[in-house]
Amino acid sequence: MFAISKFKVTYTIAICLLGLLFALPSFVNQQIFDRLPEFLQHTVNLGLELRGGSHIQLEVDLKTVEKERQESIVDEARKELRKQNIKYNKISVLSVNNGSSIVVSLKNQEDTQAVSKILLKVEKELVITVNGNEVNAVISESFMDEFARRVVGESIEVIRHRIDESGTKEPTILRQGRDRIVVQLPGVEDPGEVKRLLGKTALLTFHAVDEEMESIPSKEGEKVNLPSKPGVMYLPESRSKGVTVYVPVKKQHALTGKSVVDAQVSMDGRMGLPAVSIKFDSIDGTRKMAELSAKYLHKQFAMVLDGVVLSAPVFQAVLNDGNAQITGNFTIEEATQLALLLRAGSLPAPLNVVEERNVGPSLGADSITSGKNATICAFILVAFFMIASYGKFGGFAVASLFTNIMLLFAFLTLLGATLTLPGIAGITLTIGMAVDSNVLIYERIREEIRQGIRSAMAVAQGYKMAMITILDSNITTIVGAIVLYEFGSGPIRGFAVTLALGSIISLFTTFSLTKLMIALWMRRHKGKEFVI
Amino acid sequence: MFRLHLIPHGTKFDIVGKSKYMLSLAAIIVMICFAFIAFKGLNYSIDFKGGYIFEIRMPNEPDVEGLRDKLGSLGLGEVSIQQFGAKEDLMVRLGKSEEGKEQEVAIQKVKDTLGEGVVYKKVETVGPKVGSELVMNAIKAVAFALIAMLTYIVIRFEWQFGICAIAALLHDCAIIFGMFSVFPLEFSETSITAVLLTASYSINDTVVIFDRIRETLRKYHKMEMRDLINLSLNETLSRTTLTATTTLLAVLSLYLFGGKVIAAFALPIMVGIVVGTFSSIFVASPLLMFLNIRRDKFDKIKKNSSGTTAANIG
Repeated sequence: MFAISKFKVTYTIAICLLGLLFALPSFVNQQIFDRLPEFLQHTVNLGLELRGGSHIQLEVDLKTVEKERQESIVDEARKELRKQNIKYNKISVLSVNNGSSIVVSLKNQEDTQAVSKILLKVEKELVITVNGNEVNAVISESFMDEFARRVVGESIEVIRHRIDESGTKEPTILRQGRDRIVVQLPGVEDPGEVKRLLGKTALLTFHAVDEEMESIPSKEGEKVNLPSKPGVMYLPESRSKGVTVYVPVKKQHALTGKSVVDAQVSMDGRMGLPAVSIKFDSIDGTRKMAELSAKYLHKQFAMVLDGVVLSAPVFQAVLNDGNAQITGNFTIEEATQLALLLRAGSLPAPLNVVEERNVGPSLGADSITSGKNATICAFILVAFFMIASYGKFGGFAVASLFTNIMLLFAFLTLLGATLTLPGIAGITLTIGMAVDSNVLIYERIREEIRQGIRSAMAVAQGYKMAMITILDSNITTIVGAIVLYEFGSGPIRGFAVTLALGSIISLFTTFSLTKLMIALWMRRHKGKEFVI
Repeated sequence: MFRLHLIPHGTKFDIVGKSKYMLSLAAIIVMICFAFIAFKGLNYSIDFKGGYIFEIRMPNEPDVEGLRDKLGSLGLGEVSIQQFGAKEDLMVRLGKSEEGKEQEVAIQKVKDTLGEGVVYKKVETVGPKVGSELVMNAIKAVAFALIAMLTYIVIRFEWQFGICAIAALLHDCAIIFGMFSVFPLEFSETSITAVLLTASYSINDTVVIFDRIRETLRKYHKMEMRDLINLSLNETLSRTTLTATTTLLAVLSLYLFGGKVIAAFALPIMVGIVVGTFSSIFVASPLLMFLNIRRDKFDKIKKNSSGTTAANIG
């Protein structure tokens, strides 16, 4: 009556052995690990606080992007106002409490209607309010939300490219909330380099240099008055240490680095300095470059990165093949970084670090060692207690518990889940719960035996009676864990994963493995009465 | 043959009879906890409220304990110092979150305290904004999880059981949060896990006892509710204590050998297991007395299903 089918025996043993096999690589030393076949060379993914690494939370600076967009709307609108001969006192972008808005102050109040129309023609996603002879416009919230989603998505792509290019392994990059991105870099102790990579928008633009205006040099700390001319702006160029030259360039850029498909460090032939060779995409970029170099042949041209002039050389020839070289006062490192940034593309918005956590490898290693010791110790204490309470049946439970933990490690490994500190808490609770299932069954068996039922019958009955309770308590846990995983983040998720897995596995070990062991033991001692 | 029995067989404790005192005691403790949470608040870590982090390299091997004391006297909140990599490399965290100019003043104070020749690899603050988002997300996740678990209980049992489980859960959570408020324990991101663990353990424990009460309800139609609950509690008492003890032992070893970081969150879990066990015996179960459970529902189930309890035992 406590028969277990051959099929059940086979799959129980098979699952346990497979579990042990996949859990083992997490516990062997490096030498043995290297000799394992490839499909076994996976260990449990340890969380940053356990293995050391860097956690950076970035805020995408949407306000800056919003302001830039508003400024370009203002530029367009201004042209249109002049064309239609509408008189205005002032048109500009003003910063308000938590954002910015376009303000047009008009000479005549009756023009407000026309101005609203112009603004809407330039950008239809504007919310316009009229106040006397003043027209206010902000970008609509729904559009900004959609815009934020897109910008954050694009930023994640660029960040991934940049981090991959920098050779940092296994980065985790996640969107968090409306405008946050979390970057996790396991094993990286000093994220300085990565932060430098992420700190640059890396927008490369090409501007014609205005020939009528002159470049203005300035020494460090010296204040310079820059003359103004419509459509021209002065951008700084660092030529030698302590000297900055302000170069007058056309505001409108002629070409951007967006159509760059490859960038490599090279040597500047004439000066023997590090430079970056870039290749434009075959259609758009190449054609534009050819047009540009033809138009500005033997004229000066500025290469600008994030508002700083890298260099302003003269076009010596028409560039037909889509290849160009960026020169500047680069060191090898700077050239390498620039090449990387150009390959990875520019960020749609600046990023600010709002939170950063680094855990050094030694601290991590300590946590792992003590975590291991604590788990082993917990296991020994529980084992002692179970055997003292239930004798050999306690022993069966302990063997089950051991398999349970191994299976948990195997599943964590196979799922690629991350074991974090809260995860260890989940494992501890699993130890408690797995034992609980056995305790429930054994206590039931005792009750049955006390009622005078034959022990073999009592075992079957005990299993049957405890089953509902065990299912109820485990399903409650699993339901809770699934919801936690759905809605939680970070450490809460780590906890939920181990808790759910632990519950499911403990159901398996209790109803398959422990039962099997008891059945085998009972077969060998057939007909003998026993107590638990 | 020796067998360890934490609870002897066949106890007949009148737990429901004592429930008046126990429920009052629980209510008083919960109220004290609420008072502490309301007036003193929680001792949030920089995870939640922001703070300062200094990543530095000292000119020579530092006296970490001495530094901790010195920095502690600056009044910039809780000081934590971690060594990483070389012995000279320190990560100093200060718990106070300030804005604007005060930040610069505080940073200068710390720099003066640390002395000459220190290389500051990083000086930064964790913004309070990050923390408030974290709190909201955690609360949402935990609340939904509890609702889901309670829904399951209501489906499997009767709504009265759900109410009692909620009462027990509120009791547990109040005490855990209260403990973080009463004692100088830091409430960090991992502390949320401790609260969750307490809640799962407690619900689990409650479900096991409820299961037995349901079974007894089906078995004895005529027994007084009071005796019925007492019987169920006594029958499950040895299981309840044994499971609590083994789980406690597991957590105790985390506390003793898990290292500082793990120990810090093993402590509330230990308290949580004790509180959770207490609440399923003395809060959830006796409360069932006060809610009118319809006995006939359980009779019907018994008649309809063939393979249950009483029939098989006889």
